[in-house]
Amino acid sequence: MLWYVGRRLLQLIPVFFGATFLIYFMVFSLPGDPIAALFGDRPPSQAVILALREQYHLDEPFIVQYLYYVGGILTGDLGTTYSGRPVGDLLASAFPITFRLAMLALAFEAVAGILVGLIAGLRKGKLFDASALVVSLLLISVPTFVLGFVFQYVFAIQLGWFRTTVGPGAPLQDLILPALVLASVSFAYIVRLTRGSVSDNVSADFVRTATAKGLSRPRVVRVHILRNSMIPVITFLGVDIGSLMVGAIVTEGIFNINGVGGTVYKAVQLGEGPTVVSFVAVMVIVYMLANLLVDLLYAVLDPRIRYAK
Amino acid sequence: MPSNATQGDGHFVADVEETPVGAVDSFDESSKVRTTWSDAWESMRSRPMFWISAVLILFVVIVAAFPQLFSQTDPARGCLLPDSNGAPEAGHPFGFTRQGCDVYARVIFGARASLTVGLLATILVTVVGTVLGAIAGYYGGWFDSILSRVGDIFFAIPTVLGAIVLMSVLPTRDPLTVALVLSLFAWPQIARIMRGAVLSAKNADYVQASTALGVSRLQILIRHVVPNAINPVIVVATTSLGTLIVAEATLSFLGIGLPTSIMSWGNDIGQARTSVQTAPMVLFYPAAALSVTVLSFLLMGDVVRDALDPKARARR
Repeated sequence: MLWYVGRRLLQLIPVFFGATFLIYFMVFSLPGDPIAALFGDRPPSQAVILALREQYHLDEPFIVQYLYYVGGILTGDLGTTYSGRPVGDLLASAFPITFRLAMLALAFEAVAGILVGLIAGLRKGKLFDASALVVSLLLISVPTFVLGFVFQYVFAIQLGWFRTTVGPGAPLQDLILPALVLASVSFAYIVRLTRGSVSDNVSADFVRTATAKGLSRPRVVRVHILRNSMIPVITFLGVDIGSLMVGAIVTEGIFNINGVGGTVYKAVQLGEGPTVVSFVAVMVIVYMLANLLVDLLYAVLDPRIRYAK
Repeated sequence: MPSNATQGDGHFVADVEETPVGAVDSFDESSKVRTTWSDAWESMRSRPMFWISAVLILFVVIVAAFPQLFSQTDPARGCLLPDSNGAPEAGHPFGFTRQGCDVYARVIFGARASLTVGLLATILVTVVGTVLGAIAGYYGGWFDSILSRVGDIFFAIPTVLGAIVLMSVLPTRDPLTVALVLSLFAWPQIARIMRGAVLSAKNADYVQASTALGVSRLQILIRHVVPNAINPVIVVATTSLGTLIVAEATLSFLGIGLPTSIMSWGNDIGQARTSVQTAPMVLFYPAAALSVTVLSFLLMGDVVRDALDPKARARR
C-alpha cells in the first residue's frame, strides 16, 4: 500500500507542473499585452499595471516568470486579486463555505444515488427502475444553471421553503437547496452507474454461491452485491469532483454564496482576470489532490489495484 | 440427370454437388451480408427511443439551419421597449424579454449558435482524439509516451474550468474560438478511449493474417484496426455533443462564451437571470430548448451504445 501511495504521488508531480505551466502559458503568452487581456475592455490604472508587471515578473524571460509563479504556489503565495487582496486571505474565508457545500452535495449524491441505483438494479424492468432511469436522464440533460433557477423559483420564491439567497456565514439550512442543485447531475450519474453494476452483479456466480450457502437476502445484497458494485461509483466520484467545481461556480453565483465558486463567478462577471486565473488555478490543484485521494480509496477497496505491478 | 463425374483409369471422382464438401461450400450469395453496422441498425430501429431522439435531433437541426421557416419575427429588429416583459400574444407565443424582444423568435434563432459550437467542438475533439489515440496505440514508442503524459496534463484540468480561464483572457470571442477552447481541454478523453481500443484490436488474428499477407502497417491501421476500434469513440462522441452544448451554454451564461451580439440559449438564460422573479417564463423557454436538445443527444448516445456494444445489449 505504501508503495502504491508513493508511486501515485510521484506520478502527480509532472502533472502538477504540467497543468500549472499550461494555465500560466495560456494566460501570459497570448499575443499582445497580457495585462491588457486580463482586464478586457476596462483598462486598469497605471499603478495597477506597474504592480502587476512587478508581481508577474513580466520583464523576465517566460520560464523565469513561471518558476516565480510555481515558487509562489508552493510557498503559499497564491497571487493577488484585482483589488490587491492576497488570494490566500480570500481563500481562507471562502474555502470553508465551499467545502461545506461540496460535502453536503457529495453526501446527498452518494447516499441517495447509491440507494436509488441499488433498488433500481435489484428490480430491473419494474416501475421503480423505469422511473429512476427517466428522472436521471432528465436531471443529466438539464444544465446545472437552469436547474438552479428552477429550484430557486419553485422552492424558494413560490413555496417559500428556503431562503432565496444564502445569508452571511452560510448557515447549513441555507445550503441545503444549493447543495441539492449541485448534487443533481452527479446524483443521476451515480444512479445509472450503481444500477448498471448492481444488475450485472445480481446474476454473478459469487452471488449465487452466497445465496446457495444459505446467507440471508439482506446480507447477500449488502456484502456481496453492494460492495462489489461500489468500485465504478468510487472511480466516478474522482472525475465528478471536477464537475462539482464547475457546478460550484454556477450554483454559488445563483444563490449568492461567498465561497470559492461565488468569487470566481463575480470575478468573471466583472471581468477581473487576475482573480479568475488565480482562483481557478487553485481549484485545479484541489481537483488533482482530490483525485489522488480517490485513487487511494480505490486501492483500499480493490486489492487488485494495490498489488498490480 | 446428366452427370459430368469423371470416370476412367479406375478412379471415381464425385461431382462437387454430390459431396458433403459441396454442401459446406455452397452458400446463398444473394443473402444479406451481416456487418456490425447492419446489426446495429437492426437493433436501433426496433427501439422507440431511437426514433424519438432521431426526430428531435432532426427537428433541432432543421430549426438551426432554417430559422426563418419557424419565425416570421426578425429577433434582431423586433425589440421594442414598450413590450418589456410583455405577456404572450398572437404571433408572439412566448411573450417578450425585459428588452422587449420576442422570446419565441430568440429561442428559434438561438438554436444555430448552440448547435454550431457543439458540432464543431465534437468534430474537432473526435478527429484529433481518434488520430492521436490511434497512432499512439498502434505504433507505441516515444509518441505514445509523450501523448499519454500530455493527455494526463490536459485531463487534470476539468474542461469548463480550463475554458473559463482561457476565455476570460482571450481578446476575441466567436463560435470558432469557443469551439477551439472547449476541444483543447476535451480531446484527451477520446484519445484515451481510442488508444485503449486500438491496443486491444492490433493483436487480433485478422491483423496478423494481414501482416502475413504482406499488407503494410499503415494500410492495416487504416483498413483493419481503426474500423474495429472506432465503436467506443462513436458512442462517446454522440454523448459529448450534448455535454459540449451544455459547456458552451454555461460559458455564455457566465458571460465569457459567445458575445451577446450572437443569439444563443446560454446568453438568453444569462440575460433572463436578472428578472427571474418577475418573468420566470423568459428564462424557462430557452432553458427548455437547451435541455430538450441535450436530452435528445444523450438519448441517442444511449441507443448507439446499446447497439454497438453487444454486452450492453444483452444486459438490457
